[in-house]
Amino acid sequence: MAPWAAYCLVGLGTLIMLAPFYFMFVFATHSRSEIFSLPPPMWFGDDLANNLAILTKRLPFWRNLGWSLYVGIASTLLTLLFCSMGGYAFAMFEFRFKKALFALVMGTMLLPSFMNMIPSFMIMDLLGWIDQPRALYIPGAASAFGIFLMRQFVGSAIPRELVEAARMDGCSELGIYARIVLPLLKPALGTLGLITFIASWNNFIGPLVVMRSPDMYTLPLALRSLQSPVDTEWGALMAGSAIATLPLIVLFVLCSKQLISGLTVGAVK
Amino acid sequence: MKHLRLSPRWAPYALLAPFLLLFLVFGLFPLAFSLYLSFQSWEPTSGLAAMHYVGLDNFAFALRDEWFWKSLANTGWLALASGLPQHLVAIPLASFLHLGFKRWRNAVVGAYFLPYITSSVAIAILFSSLFSTDYGLINLLLALLREVPLLGALLPAQAVDWLNDPDALKPAISMIVFWRYVGFNVVLYLAALQTIPPDLYEAATMDGAGRLQQFFHITLPSIRPMIFFGVTLSVIGGLQLFEEPFILTGGKGGSDQAGMTAAVYLYRNAFDFNDFGAASAMSWLLFLVVALLTWLTNRAFRPRAR
Repeated sequence: MAPWAAYCLVGLGTLIMLAPFYFMFVFATHSRSEIFSLPPPMWFGDDLANNLAILTKRLPFWRNLGWSLYVGIASTLLTLLFCSMGGYAFAMFEFRFKKALFALVMGTMLLPSFMNMIPSFMIMDLLGWIDQPRALYIPGAASAFGIFLMRQFVGSAIPRELVEAARMDGCSELGIYARIVLPLLKPALGTLGLITFIASWNNFIGPLVVMRSPDMYTLPLALRSLQSPVDTEWGALMAGSAIATLPLIVLFVLCSKQLISGLTVGAVK
Repeated sequence: MKHLRLSPRWAPYALLAPFLLLFLVFGLFPLAFSLYLSFQSWEPTSGLAAMHYVGLDNFAFALRDEWFWKSLANTGWLALASGLPQHLVAIPLASFLHLGFKRWRNAVVGAYFLPYITSSVAIAILFSSLFSTDYGLINLLLALLREVPLLGALLPAQAVDWLNDPDALKPAISMIVFWRYVGFNVVLYLAALQTIPPDLYEAATMDGAGRLQQFFHITLPSIRPMIFFGVTLSVIGGLQLFEEPFILTGGKGGSDQAGMTAAVYLYRNAFDFNDFGAASAMSWLLFLVVALLTWLTNRAFRPRAR
């Protein structure tokens, strides 16, 4: 195949990849009847404010957005704390059952997500956590992927001698973690933080199972509740989807390298 | 204060404790619980005490359930139709990007990768408008392409009812899944390609091997482990497909259950039909299928003994 043809194909593919995002934002600025007309809108319209008004009338939309942010931030902070502690322990210490324990944790990474759907609903029900945001961010902090990433990074970036030297100088174990390991882990914490936040922001099955009242919905759940077989407000729905997507696009543009390498780290190592 | 200090002997346990506690309660216990539940009959409305042991009844029920088999077949169909093209496109695309792109590579890779990190719910909602029969952009595009000679003959003669026609729903779902994950695979293959020493290609060029020959005799064998890894991820991911079909079919599975994947059926069994025991049994059966398929891909791609 001639090289120019290959370049054209790759270019066409790039357009196909980006076009849906473009239309999501374009549709967000049009009314339902404009979206479903011939020809459909190709450029931005002036119905964004109107769509937002419908959105906030049908849903506690800003509240839903707030829950998404709150759960995302809480889950990121908890995951970073627990996984950096655990990853450091797995990388730097010898203890009984270490190998078996690590294998067990990694094994759960391969488990299909639907395995947890039913029992975690029942556990949340037993704990009385239905409709509680903590039902979303506390279980998420036991991230096998986080442990993997942290252990990998501690092993490659923190010299054993440094930890030994600090111990000789009388630094306490928690002091070593807080004052030596954590600062050196910053790049990996950034990556894991981004990935955790995005996963929590996009999480659908988790809230679908435990969040019952629209006041407690996170964004994906709120958006889906607007869908109805008869009179879906497509303009409003697109505006909501665009709001749910925009922060991710911004994060991606700012940190695409970090995100791509973080998300494929398991494969490359 | 001295006696309060952690000794290096106990430090790892203290450091691991918070993670392990959560891992036990929310990682391992649910698994054990779901195994237990799959041998029980239970209606959530009547409280935990109403649970009673029914032996293998739930498994027998699942294996005799027509919809369970149908959902398995749907899942397999979708995993294949969305998974295979991902790799068939990602491998040549990655090798072309590897050789032919320098300055724009990161931007192009970024564009292909972007769908992977965005909300699958927002994406599925967007696509359900793009797939609309009379006004959807995808049908409009097809109508335009139908005017092109040769190509037009291959396309359906009428507007496709993507979301309501059982035969069209699966291709529609596969297209979304393909669009969402192809970039992830491109990145995997690019990483693998970067580990191939350039002198291999130089030597091959000196020996007069063309680009295609180099692709089949150097590139493909070198990235074989990554193909195994990528295909395994696609198999595992494809078999748990939930959000796209769930949103596109309004949580019901679509007309004639054409879009009801195994994960969607599990959800419906538990939360629509209140049959938690059967749903748990199905989740374990499905787990066996995933494990078996992972093992089979593993065997198919393992380096052959010499």
